[in-house]
Amino acid sequence: MGAIDFNKRAANLLVWLLLGTMPYWMTAIGGYVELGSRAVVLGLGAMSLNFLLGYTGVLSFGHAAYFGLGAYGAGMMIRYVAPSTGLAIATGILVGTVAAAIIGPLIIRLRGVYFAMVTIAFGQVFYFIAFRWNAVTGGDDGLTGWTRLPIDLGFTQIDILHNPIAFYYLVLVLFAVAVGIMAFLLRSPFGRTLLAIRENERRARFLGIPVDRHIWISWIISCGFVSLAGALYALLNNFVDPRALYWTQSGDFVIMAVLGGMRSFWGPLLGAAIFVVLQDYLSSQTENWMSFLGLFFVLIVLFFPRGVLGIIRRKVTP
Amino acid sequence: MTLLRVEKVSKHFGSLIAVNDVSMTVEPGELRAVIGPNGAGKTTFFNLISGFLTPTFGRVMFDGEDVTQLLPARRVWRGIARTFQITEVFPELTIRENLRIAVEVASGYRLRVWQSQDADGEVKARVVDLLEMSGLTEKADRLVGELAHGDQRATEIMMALALKPRLLLLDEPTAGMGDQETYDITQLIRKLHRDQKLTIVLIEHDMRVVFHLADRIMVLDQGKFLAEGTPQDIAANEAVQAAYLGKAAA
Ligand SMILES: Nc1ncnc2c1ncn2[C@@H]1O[C@H](COP(=O)(O)OP(=O)(O)OP(=O)(O)O)[C@@H](O)[C@H]1O
Ligand SMILES: [Mg+2]
Repeated sequence: MGAIDFNKRAANLLVWLLLGTMPYWMTAIGGYVELGSRAVVLGLGAMSLNFLLGYTGVLSFGHAAYFGLGAYGAGMMIRYVAPSTGLAIATGILVGTVAAAIIGPLIIRLRGVYFAMVTIAFGQVFYFIAFRWNAVTGGDDGLTGWTRLPIDLGFTQIDILHNPIAFYYLVLVLFAVAVGIMAFLLRSPFGRTLLAIRENERRARFLGIPVDRHIWISWIISCGFVSLAGALYALLNNFVDPRALYWTQSGDFVIMAVLGGMRSFWGPLLGAAIFVVLQDYLSSQTENWMSFLGLFFVLIVLFFPRGVLGIIRRKVTP
Repeated sequence: MTLLRVEKVSKHFGSLIAVNDVSMTVEPGELRAVIGPNGAGKTTFFNLISGFLTPTFGRVMFDGEDVTQLLPARRVWRGIARTFQITEVFPELTIRENLRIAVEVASGYRLRVWQSQDADGEVKARVVDLLEMSGLTEKADRLVGELAHGDQRATEIMMALALKPRLLLLDEPTAGMGDQETYDITQLIRKLHRDQKLTIVLIEHDMRVVFHLADRIMVLDQGKFLAEGTPQDIAANEAVQAAYLGKAAA
């Protein structure tokens, strides 16, 4: 018990230390700050997915829908309504979360592959809307003609637009709040009912847990945080296009979670970091970078079903 | 007042009638055994009471109210807890965590995202009680999936008990156990019945256990009610011997 607790604390400290100092070592190892922001944003998406996948035992293959809605929500807020980064983020979260809450009751009775398939189907609906509705979403070309805006704190302005380091820290603060809330929930009695459902749905039901309702809540929480990730993704790129909603984006989140280790809290973040770095490196080397990434993924799943963090953890814990 | 009244329930699976027009009443504090040959419909009968299945015909009355159509979780809230013929636990959690979840849910905390020190302390104390009662204290921090079969079944019984049920349904609690484990579980059930006046219905194949524990026995055969009575009545019943004991001897 004590050793495990200590390892957990050490791991937490290490993660926050690395994240907190990222802009200072990223360039030294040949990266750039936006790459770090990208890893953290997609990491948040993967960790949100994993709230549902790793801690409730429900595989969604449609999280891009809420990621994309968050992205479009944020972009369209700035483009059409009000030039405020804060409002953009809030709108993105709201749009994605509300959509998830409405779609939830239609899918929460499904299990396993059926659930995954139907989440894809709903995702594709949003994709086609964004793709076709040219006048509003910019269609295939994406939503352009807007940028994230400096954050006005009254006494001072933070120029997150021209200063990538400032933007990184904005992302990191919101990331910290989001994963802090997820960790807090997972340690609560409610969080333990989710573990119960993951472990054995029948037992959970016959302990008196209304399983479908708890899956619905977990789904909304998970989609809510993935829409925050989507909003940040739009701000990071100053751009949104329908690919943010496409099913391959959902697949990327699943890959990140499984790659890093879906039974570990930080696993999906590590998976996202590996994914982003490999993507950045491989795509500059070869057109076929996706196949290499795919191969890497298959090897990990075959030989290390608990993901990269699973391997490390086995080495560390006595 | 009667705690459980099952009224003429049937369950059809296509052309197979797994439970055929069976009635049963259980009084508070009673320990009832349900026996019968393999495939007699005992587990299906339990499924109808606990809400895992709904009957094709008939009613289930619990504490004077019709619960026939209620979802399982709602029946649990009313006080019906059960274990399964094939153990259902949370394998990748420790015994302590398994019990803790059960205690928290039973305390009405299932939607809580924050718990006061006091409430948390009470939950933990209750878990410790349950561990001691079952003799699982020493293994409390081991993963349930890694434990011996008998310990897993004991964990499942203690989880059901953590719900503070008014009616406990046990589906073959000693199935697959060695003599010592069977004895331990039997003593535990006896203690719950004697000391806590818990109402229990159990399905059991081991006749030593049945005759040791049961106040009354109901016999099912091929989905139908065959007999009911005290252990002595049942032991002397010729129809039962023909259908059940005869088959076991053959
Ligand atoms: N869900 C189901 N669908 C179809 N048939 C079923 C189903 N559940 C049970 N049966 C059938 O109903 C009959 C009664 O099964 P049940 O499991 O209730 O018997 P049992 O008395 O518990 O037997 P055992 O002593 O072997 O546990 C069997 O013929 C079984 O195959
Ligand atoms: Mg059975």
